Amino acid sequence: MPQVTYILPDGSEKTLDARDGDSVMETAVKNGIKGIVAECGGACSCATCHVYVDEAYADMVGGPSDLEDDMLDGAASDRRPTSRLSCQIKMRADFDGLRVEIAPKQV
Amino acid sequence: MSGGILIIGAGQSGMQIADSLREDGYQGVITMVGDESIAPYQRPPLSKAYLYGEADEESLQFRNEKFYADNQIDLILGDAIVDVTVSENGGSATTASGRVLNFDRLALTPGSVPRKLDLPGADLDGVLYMRSIADARALKSRWDSAKNVVVIGGGFIGLEVAAVAGKAGKNVTVLEGADRMMARAVCPTTSEYFKNAHERRGAQIVLNARIDHFEGDGTRVTGVAMQDGSVLPADIVMVGIGVLARTEVANLLGLELANGAILVNEYAETSNPLVVAAGDAVMLPNPTGVEGLVRLESVQNAVDQAKAAAKTLVGTREPYRALPWFWSDQADLKLQIAGLSTGYDQTVLRGNPDEDAFSVLYYKNGRLLAIDCVNQVSDFMAARRCLTNGQTIDPIAAADASVALKTLVTD
Repeated sequence: MPQVTYILPDGSEKTLDARDGDSVMETAVKNGIKGIVAECGGACSCATCHVYVDEAYADMVGGPSDLEDDMLDGAASDRRPTSRLSCQIKMRADFDGLRVEIAPKQV
Repeated sequence: MSGGILIIGAGQSGMQIADSLREDGYQGVITMVGDESIAPYQRPPLSKAYLYGEADEESLQFRNEKFYADNQIDLILGDAIVDVTVSENGGSATTASGRVLNFDRLALTPGSVPRKLDLPGADLDGVLYMRSIADARALKSRWDSAKNVVVIGGGFIGLEVAAVAGKAGKNVTVLEGADRMMARAVCPTTSEYFKNAHERRGAQIVLNARIDHFEGDGTRVTGVAMQDGSVLPADIVMVGIGVLARTEVANLLGLELANGAILVNEYAETSNPLVVAAGDAVMLPNPTGVEGLVRLESVQNAVDQAKAAAKTLVGTREPYRALPWFWSDQADLKLQIAGLSTGYDQTVLRGNPDEDAFSVLYYKNGRLLAIDCVNQVSDFMAARRCLTNGQTIDPIAAADASVALKTLVTD
C-alpha cells in the first residue's frame, strides 16, 4: 500500500496507508483526518479538498484538468502552483511517500 | 446499557451527527442503527461512478472501521427499529433482532425511500429503483446484458442513469410525465437545454408520457406499454420519480409531520424536545432565512443540518443557516445549482447553451437568489460564495459572459 503524508493546518503530520486507486481525499476522510472537508464526496463539485502537493512530487502527480483548474480558482484558500483538489489524485504504488499540505481554509 | 445518544438511520446525515458529536466534544455513548447491512456510504456515486465501474463498494464507505472504533461509535447494521418510547429523561428502542437500546437523546436520520410506481407489471424483475447499494447492485447485475433501457422520470437520478446508459451504447428512452424535465429543480431554459442535450447524445425523450403498464415474459420485464398503445422494448426499467420521507420511527413517537416529512425547527429539534432529526426525511425552515418550510434532499443538507443537530445535542445550539447547493453529473454535463430559486421573478442567461456551457441566474426583486451552471464551475463557485455571503450580482452585468462573475459581486 502506498503511503501518503498529510501536513495539517496546525503543522502536525499524519501518515496513512492508502488503498490503491483511492484518492488522496478518500484516504484522509475515511481515517477521519480533519481539514479536508470534501462536501461532494469526490465529484469535483465543491473545491473543499484543496491541498498543496509537495514540490518534490508535483511533477509525478501532475497538474489539474481544465475543470479542476476552474474549481481551484474559486477555492477558499489561496492558490499556489502545486494546488490540487485531493479528490482528483488517485493513489498508486509509485506515489508512495507522497506529501500534501492541507489548505487552511476549505469553505 | 447506559444512555447516551442513539442515532436511528446510518446514512450520510447519521454518520455526520456521530462525527460532529465527537468533534464537538461529546464523550457519552454513541450508537448508530441502520437497517442496511453495510456501514454508512456515499449514495450519489451509485448512479454514476459505481455504474461506470469507477468506484467499488469499499471506496464508497465514508469512514473505515478504525475510525468508528477509535471514536467509540457503535454501529449496529442490518437491524431495524421496531419499537421506541421516549419519556422526560430519555427512552428506549427495540430492534427487530431483539436488542434493547436505551438513550438520553435520540437523533432520527432515516432518509427516504423511492416512490414506487403503481402500475400493472411493476413487480416484474428488471423494474428497478435507485436509492441503496442493494438497488445499485440490482441494476449493475443486469447492466451489461441490457440493450434497451427505459428511464421513468426525467429528474437527476433518471437522467444520470440515462447518461451512463447512453455512454455504454444502450438504447435509452426517458419518459417524463410532466411537460419538461427536472421541473421541480430548474427553470424552463435549463429544462429545455437538458432535453436537447440528452437527445443530441442519442437518448429519446418523451415528455407528457402516459404509461399504461409493463409487459413481461412472466418473470422479467420486456417492455413499457404506453396509453397510446405503443410499446417500448425494455430490458431494464429504471424508475426515478422522487422519494418519500421515512417516518416509521417518527410515527411511533407521535412526532409532528409536515407534508409527510418530520417537522423540525432551525435547531433540528422535532416536536419532542429530546429528539432531533436531519437529512432527507425532514421538513425544515428555509435555511437561507426566507420564510417558509422546505425539504432538501441533498448531500449539503444531510451534512450541514446534521452539524446543527449535533450542536443542539451537545447544548451549543446554533440556528441552521446554510446555502443549499446541489449537483448532478450527466455524462459530460456537470450541472451545479446554488441557492433556492423558489419565488424568482427574473432569469438571466449567461453563456451559450449550444456550446454546452452556460449559467442561468435567478432573481427576485433584482437580487440574486440562485444559479444553475452547466459546465461553468467558475460561475458556480463565484455565485455560491456570493450567495453565502448575502451578496448579489447585477443582472444586466451578469449577462456578459466575457466578464468573470466573481468580479461582479456586490453587496
